[in-house]
Amino acid sequence: MLRYALRNLLARKARLGMSLLSIALGVAFLAGVLTFDHGLRHTFDNILDGSTPDAVVRVAGADQTSGQATTATLTPEDVARLAALPEAAAAYGNVVGHGVSLVGHDGRLVGGNGAPTLAFNRTASRNLLGEPIMQLQQGHWPQGPRDLTMDARAADRAGYRIGDEVTLVVPTSALVAHLRLVGTATFTGGGTAGAILLLVSTQGAQQLFLGGRDAYSSVDLAAAAGTSPDQLVTAARRVLPSGFEAVTGKQAVDEAQDSIGAVLGAVTTFFLVFAGIAVIVCGLLILNTFTILVAQRTRELAVLRALGASRAQVSRSVLIEASVLACVATMLGVVGGWGLARGLAAAFAALGLEIAGSALTLTTSTVVLCAVVGITGTVVAAYVPARRAGRVPPVAAMQVTAPTGAGTRQRLLIAGALLAVGVLAATAGLTGVWGHRSLWVGGAGVVWIVALATSCGTVGRPLLALLREAFTRLFGVTGQLGGQNALRDSRRTGATASALMIGMAVVSTISILAASLNRSVDDLVDQNFAADFIVTSPAYTPFPTSIGDRLATVEGVGLVVRQQVAQATLDGRSVMIDGNDASFDRIYRLDILAGTPRLDAGQALVDSDTARAHGWRVGSGFTVQFPGLHVLRLHVAGIARTSQVTAPISVPIDDLAAAGVARQDSAVSILLAPGADAHAVHQRLDAAIADVPVVSVQDKAQYAAAIHGQVNQLLYLIYGLLALAVIIAVLGIVNTLGLSVVERTRELGLLRAVGVSRVQLRAMITLESVATALLGAALGVVVGLATGVLLRQALSDDITSLDVPVWQLLVFLAGSVAAGVLAATVPAVRASRLDVLQAIATE
Amino acid sequence: MIDRDSEQTAGQTARQIAAQAQGLVKVYGNGAASVRALDGVDLAVEAGRFTVVMGASGSGKSTLMHCLAGLEKPTAGTVTVAGESLGSLSDKRLTMLRRDRVGFVFQAFNLIPTLTARENILLPLSLAGRRPDPAWWDLIIGRLRLEDRLDHRPGQLSGGQQQRVACARALLGRPTIIFADEPTGNLDSRSSGEIMTLLRSSVDDFGQTVVMVTHDPVGASYSDRVVFLADGRIVEDATDVTVADILSRLARLQPATAETGGS
Repeated sequence: MLRYALRNLLARKARLGMSLLSIALGVAFLAGVLTFDHGLRHTFDNILDGSTPDAVVRVAGADQTSGQATTATLTPEDVARLAALPEAAAAYGNVVGHGVSLVGHDGRLVGGNGAPTLAFNRTASRNLLGEPIMQLQQGHWPQGPRDLTMDARAADRAGYRIGDEVTLVVPTSALVAHLRLVGTATFTGGGTAGAILLLVSTQGAQQLFLGGRDAYSSVDLAAAAGTSPDQLVTAARRVLPSGFEAVTGKQAVDEAQDSIGAVLGAVTTFFLVFAGIAVIVCGLLILNTFTILVAQRTRELAVLRALGASRAQVSRSVLIEASVLACVATMLGVVGGWGLARGLAAAFAALGLEIAGSALTLTTSTVVLCAVVGITGTVVAAYVPARRAGRVPPVAAMQVTAPTGAGTRQRLLIAGALLAVGVLAATAGLTGVWGHRSLWVGGAGVVWIVALATSCGTVGRPLLALLREAFTRLFGVTGQLGGQNALRDSRRTGATASALMIGMAVVSTISILAASLNRSVDDLVDQNFAADFIVTSPAYTPFPTSIGDRLATVEGVGLVVRQQVAQATLDGRSVMIDGNDASFDRIYRLDILAGTPRLDAGQALVDSDTARAHGWRVGSGFTVQFPGLHVLRLHVAGIARTSQVTAPISVPIDDLAAAGVARQDSAVSILLAPGADAHAVHQRLDAAIADVPVVSVQDKAQYAAAIHGQVNQLLYLIYGLLALAVIIAVLGIVNTLGLSVVERTRELGLLRAVGVSRVQLRAMITLESVATALLGAALGVVVGLATGVLLRQALSDDITSLDVPVWQLLVFLAGSVAAGVLAATVPAVRASRLDVLQAIATE
Repeated sequence: MIDRDSEQTAGQTARQIAAQAQGLVKVYGNGAASVRALDGVDLAVEAGRFTVVMGASGSGKSTLMHCLAGLEKPTAGTVTVAGESLGSLSDKRLTMLRRDRVGFVFQAFNLIPTLTARENILLPLSLAGRRPDPAWWDLIIGRLRLEDRLDHRPGQLSGGQQQRVACARALLGRPTIIFADEPTGNLDSRSSGEIMTLLRSSVDDFGQTVVMVTHDPVGASYSDRVVFLADGRIVEDATDVTVADILSRLARLQPATAETGGS
């Protein structure tokens, strides 16, 4: 039987080509994601291991990865005491700058799209592996206060050479600093994942970041020979000033890995979801292919049964075929995935996020997981046709036509039940009885997709009949034949279409959510935001306060309101706190439920959800803790309805500074002076910050458009990821049509013999393909529409407005027609080239 | 001579009768649309003889053979093959019976196109996980003149050659009974003669039991016994017939078939 299965596989190479390709594509996606994830993790692990010393003294209570700056510092005496510890070989005081940006040779901002720009003083500190953290490549280390050494890649990106004057945006009143590039260095840990490293002398760093004070933000400790990091930390704790803590390098790495891991995990999950969709679509294609192959081979299977093959033997032969196919495809896919990951890494490198190429290796776990998914997925998909093969009656060997089982009613019943389950889940989600509302609705969408996938052929019959009528009207008898062919085995058509349906359903859902999100942003900016101009950085990272100072002096500016978003802990949990200028209620239209938004020092405006959760009323007192163990005591002065324009807790901006948070601005809002010309003021504002390209001044429309741009970027990324599922679905159409053409050789020959032209034959097959594609797309859009609208409803706290992008959905349908035409090309040409006489002679 | 041990042991209980049908009724469909393909057939197929079943299209001859071979379950009546009553057998036992006790030769040859002639001939044995007796293999391959054709695929063989491969496949397992379904239906007269001679000699030389369904009076004349079927019943049962005999009997049957068909 093994030989029989293998021979079949070889004999039907061409027929299985599409299946092979689709499994390979699905597995390649999966392998690519896993390899890229591994590379990314490896890169970050290297960064952490390569930059962390034996032990570190740092501000206590800070969320170390938030990068939030504090004003707490250590004195040179503190550093000296640490250095004097017998357990310490050395102590290096660090001066770290926040809110520093590198301006390129061409005057444009370098980086700033997520990866940080890190400025710090150069020390001789060594990492956990005992290597120097940075290694000099050219020139020398910074010595004077105006010297700068930067990582070689950043120098390259910015277009600077040694000896050039480098422009930095720094958090001082001057806002801009000019330093001389004296050297380039490389990071010992390998790739920096896009981070820009700027090294200055300790004195220079103190001038730039600490107003010239002789102080340090943290201390790297090196353990003395024979001392463990734990002993070092224990010793250091005895001499630490309050507000600081000592931890081992290993602990610091672990903490950072946890929080970076969470982010990378979310990114990987995001990609894996799309890999999963592709694999499921693949499974449908396999199911369909083997169903057709088994149907075509009915007679042969019956002969095997008549000759004494048991049901199990016949089923097994089909499963063996499927697994060999899966093995070959998986191997191709894994190799393809490795290439894909390399390509992705190259694309990321072009964007400035370089990933160590050595880390992009196929790990055993990646290969094993891909093999498991590829092979079990294929075998599971082939199981139903394999069982059907085993049930072929032996007497079919002697009959001309084999009877085929019906079972449509059973399928409809299952589909109906699933549909009802989906409705229940959606209702549960919308009424919010229990758990996450959007999860319920999303689950309903998945159930509906499954329901339609099982009953596509039956549910789709009316649509296919309609298409047949339309085709008949439009294309005459060719159209009728094409439409009829799609209808004659509607289960096969349905199974083929359902692969496309899945992709289309997700695409439609996402497009509705994205359109609604954009509409919500518009409404939010329109209705809740009174500012004439908004100043933010491209990645919404904080920027120096002196930018706001400059803008306030521009002629025609009436009011400047700053906002800083800070992270603190409330009852042991991380919470976002807005620091606002006093007149912030003139910028944000808040719905005040109680009290007042006019805050004095020590007063807070809280949103209604937070107030309810903590049982606060106007006058209630509470405390929040900031990094450096600074505690802020606050009283509730007002309660505002929860909205997207404010954080759960808003306090006067000066209170943040009092709590040890280094003052930076997250956003600056500007109101025009009465009678000022908006256009002219905008130009003057732009001119005022022309030399600090870290922020941009936008009016409300531009601001909304910028957010749209980001939403759309994500949307296009998702479309791109779903494209693979759609491509596999189109391959499925090619596959089914190709197999149908083989199956109908005799019939096609007959048509040609009675006078159907080649062109007509091609048109007939193309129309069948279009009917299949349209069926899948239409059902997908319907499910997607329902799921998208309901999901938006479940997410109405975040996505406040609904928008159905009708045009976009119509484009999807039109695109599916195009995909149908494309899919028919090869099968149609093959069919039209059939030799008439041979075709008729074929049994 | 030829080793016939297995035949002997299997034949202990039914030395004379290889397969037997009693009160066989087969109805297809139900209600008004039902067709009575077999209407009470009693037939005993003697071992070591060549039995032919003849009849017009729709007379029930194919159904009779399918029932005897265990391919279809009769509506009523019993079928016994090699002493085993088929009605009580599970699908698994039935499969085993087909594999070990029954051989088939089909009108459409039904060779597996992806396997070579050799592999096709060995297929029933390899399904059972057995190897052929080398002497028996050589004898059959030699008698069927297939030595040069063993590594060819069915597509590379003529119709007559394909059917010879199919015959070898049926003979190799030394089944209790071989069922041949219009084995010459797709062949020219020369090839037909070859196949019939072959089946005849397998009965004479190897003691093989053969049951054949055919339209062809010439083919039927090679048999020991011809059973004529009309409307699901046995209407004639003759031994050692000639072509002329068969033709005259068929001619006699023709009007009767027309009458009952019309009523």
